Amino acid sequence: MQMFSDYQADGFFDEMFHPDGTVRSHCAALLQNFCQLDSNDFLTQKANSELYFLRQGITFNVYHDSKGTERIFPFDPIPRVMPASEWEHIEAGLTQRIIALNLFLHDIYHDQQILKDGVIPEFYIHEARHYRKEFRGMDVPADIYIHICGSDLIRGADGKYYVLEDNGRCPSGASYLLENRNALKRAFPKIFESLGVRPVDSYAGDLLNMLHHISPRRDGDNVCVLLTPGCFNSAYFEHCYLARQMGIDIVEGKDLVVVDQFVYMRTTRGLRRVDVIYRRIDDDFIDPVVFRKDSVLGVPGLMNAYRAGNVALANAVGTGVADDKVIYYFVPKMIEYYLGQEPILPNVPTYLASEEKDRKFILSHLPELVVKAANESGGYGMLMGPTASKDEIEKFRELIVADPRNYIAQPVISLSRAPTWCDGAIEGRHIDLRPYIIYGKEIKIVPGGLTRVALNRGSLVVNSSQGGGSKDTWVLRD
Amino acid sequence: MLSRVANTFYWMVRYVERADNLARLVDVNQHLLLDFESLDSERLRDFWQPIISSTGDEEVFHEIYQNAGSHEVIHFLTDDPNNPNSIRSCIALARENARTVRDQLSDELWEELNSLYLFSQSDEAERLIVENPSRYYEAIRTGVMTFHGIASSTIARNEAWEFMDLGRHLERADKTTRFLDISSYLAKPSNGHGSMHQEESLHWTAILRSCSAMGAMRQKKNEANARNAIDLLIFDRDFPRSVRYCVERVDLCLHMISGSPRGSFANEAERESGKLFADLNYGSTRDVFSIGLHAFLDDLQARFNTIGEQVFESFVLMPERLQDKPVLTPQPLSAAAAWQQAQQQQ
Repeated sequence: MQMFSDYQADGFFDEMFHPDGTVRSHCAALLQNFCQLDSNDFLTQKANSELYFLRQGITFNVYHDSKGTERIFPFDPIPRVMPASEWEHIEAGLTQRIIALNLFLHDIYHDQQILKDGVIPEFYIHEARHYRKEFRGMDVPADIYIHICGSDLIRGADGKYYVLEDNGRCPSGASYLLENRNALKRAFPKIFESLGVRPVDSYAGDLLNMLHHISPRRDGDNVCVLLTPGCFNSAYFEHCYLARQMGIDIVEGKDLVVVDQFVYMRTTRGLRRVDVIYRRIDDDFIDPVVFRKDSVLGVPGLMNAYRAGNVALANAVGTGVADDKVIYYFVPKMIEYYLGQEPILPNVPTYLASEEKDRKFILSHLPELVVKAANESGGYGMLMGPTASKDEIEKFRELIVADPRNYIAQPVISLSRAPTWCDGAIEGRHIDLRPYIIYGKEIKIVPGGLTRVALNRGSLVVNSSQGGGSKDTWVLRD
Repeated sequence: MLSRVANTFYWMVRYVERADNLARLVDVNQHLLLDFESLDSERLRDFWQPIISSTGDEEVFHEIYQNAGSHEVIHFLTDDPNNPNSIRSCIALARENARTVRDQLSDELWEELNSLYLFSQSDEAERLIVENPSRYYEAIRTGVMTFHGIASSTIARNEAWEFMDLGRHLERADKTTRFLDISSYLAKPSNGHGSMHQEESLHWTAILRSCSAMGAMRQKKNEANARNAIDLLIFDRDFPRSVRYCVERVDLCLHMISGSPRGSFANEAERESGKLFADLNYGSTRDVFSIGLHAFLDDLQARFNTIGEQVFESFVLMPERLQDKPVLTPQPLSAAAAWQQAQQQQ
């Protein structure tokens, strides 16, 4: 396959090639193998993988799209390869980060020492949309708040890894990571074998161990379930997939009932007690008695059972405050404050619109910045300054002035690129990395994670809802 | 197992079975039509009318179509998305049910149903229905057979299986009675005796073939007439689409689920299935003729419905006495539920 011969790095940091066009040493074996592939074989394998995804129903739903809601998640067959040393660095950084985030959550739901010591202005916490003051003073099972975290990492022009955001509520995508690996092993078994890639299949087991670890019941078989918003959710495939891998029931709100502060599920043989809920429903919808009254997805009384310590939730209620993009700004300070360490993985430089100096800077540099709403995800609610129209920029200017607490801005980071199959040629496309961190008895991170790729030329937005696809991530053994 | 899941399994298989039966019904009758010399539109209507009536969707049909010509009827029964019981709709509903219990299905089973769904929605299917209908119906039947085959070799024989088997046999029994009922709607021929005999025999053959029963009939070396067809399709002990056989399976499944011994009952569904099974055991074709075939079949269908309702009552409602009415077909989501379910995942 000669398709790499015209490949251009275009001045971006490229995952496979040095700026002078020579291959990076950890990618040499992969490149050599791919170059030996017959291009027809390559295309057949790619088509087979896509058919496999479609037949398996590995699809996601795109909201606000009238043309059929189900699509396969575009999958690029050229993996991203990462040397062992890079992964060790990332792993250490993520471990440090999730420990700090959990200490932070414990703190702000108890004594709020970090606020008293002035490290974070109190106002930011109390104004955080996802801060649940009703839960202050409550101890959560095993003292863990964020059990599953998806922290997005990017690499800038200097090749350095930065944390772009933390997803501490219901991060999704792990099923794609697992299925991408299956698809690639099926498509290129020999290449896979010859490189020495670290396996990812421990994910479901790690997840289940974590759920058992946080169970409030100590006297026997814990019943763990996965709570889904329903089959119209974009990540429904993933909910089924993970429940199945773990061998636990997937339930909807209407399958659960709370009696005397215990949670039960309705079975053909009557009610059965539930101890741990891996919930994929936001706080807002989880219990209509406490949160949104109009929720038809939740379980009335669940919060009572939770407070009484009769059921564990993963993730805990109120973790959204930690992935508020304003709070993100303070994570490096948390690491210093709680752990007395330097952050291993730095943040992307961030401006807070509610700090006057920053706001002035943001408003006068909108066309150069990325502006993000503090509590949106999935690529919604953001402004990409350099590519935005005048109208869009003005719209965001008004939004920022009206509600500065809710906006941050960051310089545009020219994400690193990786060779990607693009309709007949291999071209560089921007990528990020979402590893999945599981915090149970131990902290487990499956090697690699989901590499998301912006398939549109020049685009920096990797979200599946906005033209993103994914790649398998191969972390090499030493 | 979860009550909702049990209910979903039951309906998933019912829809699959329904699609299979419809595919045979339409295919067989389209074939039969070839045996008649060119029919004028009135004769054509007489030909299709009983078939529409037998499906129980006559009203829906007349709401959508003015004319009961071959094209309309075939479209209505095969790929009309406006008919909730067309083959295409049934497969879509079966797949929608499967999607909500995806975690409980083997990969192979889901893949097969999903492939069948993708086929039923494809341009290829649309083309085949017009150009080569037999191949289309064959593809549907093969898909369904494969589905049942995979199910029987990958699903553990636990409650899930029993609920699936229950749905399959209840639907099958219902369809067998409906296909038999086509004969009640046939216009009585008024011309010469010889041609009546021939036409009647053709119709019974079609009904038997719609139930895949021609082979069984031949083995019994019987002629295709009313008496023999009723004997086989209602009372036969071994034929897998006879009403008696299906009711026995239903009764067995119900007892497997509840754990109570056969011959006794632990819930109303079992009481009804046991009673019905006894009636069929001790009944005969003579009883059918004395009541009249149509009335007899009507009564059977009503009793199947009772069993279905009681299953829902016992296993889905009972665990904590919800006040909801049974939802037989998925209801459209309310706007509130739709956008709440559509919440963005991180």
